[in-house]
Amino acid sequence: MSAEIVIANASKVFGSGSGAVAALQDISATVPEGQFLCLLGPSGCGKSTLLNAVAGFTPLSEGTITLGGQAIAEPGPERGMVFQEYALFPWMNVEDNVRFGLDIKGVNRAEATVTVDRIVATLGLSDFRKRYPKDLSGGMRQRVAIARILALDPPVMLMDEPFGALDALTRRTLQDELLRIWAESRKTIVFVTHSIEEAIYLADRILVMTYRPGRIKRDLRVEIPRPRDTASGEFNALKRELAALVMEEQKRFTEAELHGAAVD
Amino acid sequence: MALSRLRGAIVPVALLILWEILSRVGVFSPIVLPPPSAVAVKWYSGLLPGLPYEPGSQSYLSWLFSGEMPHDAVASLARVLSGFVIGAGLAVPIGLLLGTSDRLYGLFSPLLEILRPIPPIAYIPLAIVWFGLGNPPALFLIALGTFFPVLVNTIAGVRQVDSIYIRAARNLGANSWTMFRRVILPAASPFVLAGMRIGIGTAFIVVIVAEMIAVSDGLGYRILEAREYMWSDKIIGGMLTIGILGLIIDGGMSRLNDHLLRWHRGLER
Repeated sequence: MSAEIVIANASKVFGSGSGAVAALQDISATVPEGQFLCLLGPSGCGKSTLLNAVAGFTPLSEGTITLGGQAIAEPGPERGMVFQEYALFPWMNVEDNVRFGLDIKGVNRAEATVTVDRIVATLGLSDFRKRYPKDLSGGMRQRVAIARILALDPPVMLMDEPFGALDALTRRTLQDELLRIWAESRKTIVFVTHSIEEAIYLADRILVMTYRPGRIKRDLRVEIPRPRDTASGEFNALKRELAALVMEEQKRFTEAELHGAAVD
Repeated sequence: MALSRLRGAIVPVALLILWEILSRVGVFSPIVLPPPSAVAVKWYSGLLPGLPYEPGSQSYLSWLFSGEMPHDAVASLARVLSGFVIGAGLAVPIGLLLGTSDRLYGLFSPLLEILRPIPPIAYIPLAIVWFGLGNPPALFLIALGTFFPVLVNTIAGVRQVDSIYIRAARNLGANSWTMFRRVILPAASPFVLAGMRIGIGTAFIVVIVAEMIAVSDGLGYRILEAREYMWSDKIIGGMLTIGILGLIIDGGMSRLNDHLLRWHRGLER
């Protein structure tokens, strides 16, 4: 199966009548296999809605999303999701969290153990296998969340502001690890963020989204070679350009919020 | 640490001494309030086996527990545990069912709201009409005392499961059975266990009352029996045993909770 995601005329309306909110409006985009795509925009721009639609959590009002030619109707392990809130199962230790997807898939114990060993080592979690999530730092928890979906080797990884709650240094470390994993596996990644710098640091391509209704404001390729230097001139030129775009939308968001219309 | 513990003992010890003096000089009659020393003597004599140990006829352990008080304590404990197992054994599956199905919950919750505030003690007359005397009505009452707290907590536990866990499990491909067994059940377990802890506390209250009415052994029966002879020292001694047993049950439950919920955030120290 090719891991190409095709979003065609996707629209999503929440609620109905006068309370209806158009979260997405007529979005079309093709994410080729192996691309690292960032969805960038302020709160309320529909970037998480779009990600949830690709994940199969949020059905579209109109339009279709396909993965490898097949329409997405429900959540599935071939589109592994990493949540901002980690969403680890607190009653399972690190190892069992990573193993859970393999258990569901029906992989036998011995084979699953081999996979878990490998993934846990990849993410530097070997010394923490028996720990429960409550005894891990935020960065460690997010490593486990990434390990949990990598165990199933999904062609697509969906990431919903995964590093948003982490401190700057942990964030950079995990960004670098994600890039390393992506470089080795060439998975298709759709990554939601409101951090301009994060988007430029990570992505092959950035879709800047508008505040309500969510539309694609700019579809832009990041041509800077990796590893990217956040202090370089071209990085900052791009950052300035994107900041102008995002701030326009942020301004609309702020105005709506002041008028009591923003519900995120 | 040791000092603060010592300080904590000041008030109880002072009270005991005051009580001893007041009883000894005759301010309280021994029937109203026997001195603590007399209670202690009576309590200790109840603890000891009645007959000397005969190696051939019984094991040492059963001899050790052959005194009146150990016998009663074991009888009460056995009732609490059997009633608890019946009550919780019914409440957990029903609670899981009502917690998972909005339709069933809608159908049954009004009934629960009506039945829940009735104290189990209020069922005593009905229990005797239905089951006569002896263990059956006692077990019925204890099971009832356990049932509602466990049920209500189980329902709440299932209904409050954070949707993020459901989403994460669906993303990993979990079907409804796996979801139930490996996500909803463990996520609800802190609530269920909290309900069990309340339930066993209620069961312990109910067993004492039930024994005063329906059966002829157990700690509740024994203190009521002592009242007929105006043996206040035995009554107070019995109350002491009831307190100790209650402490043991709650302590055991709490340790079980700590073990089963070792993953739980609430236990972070």
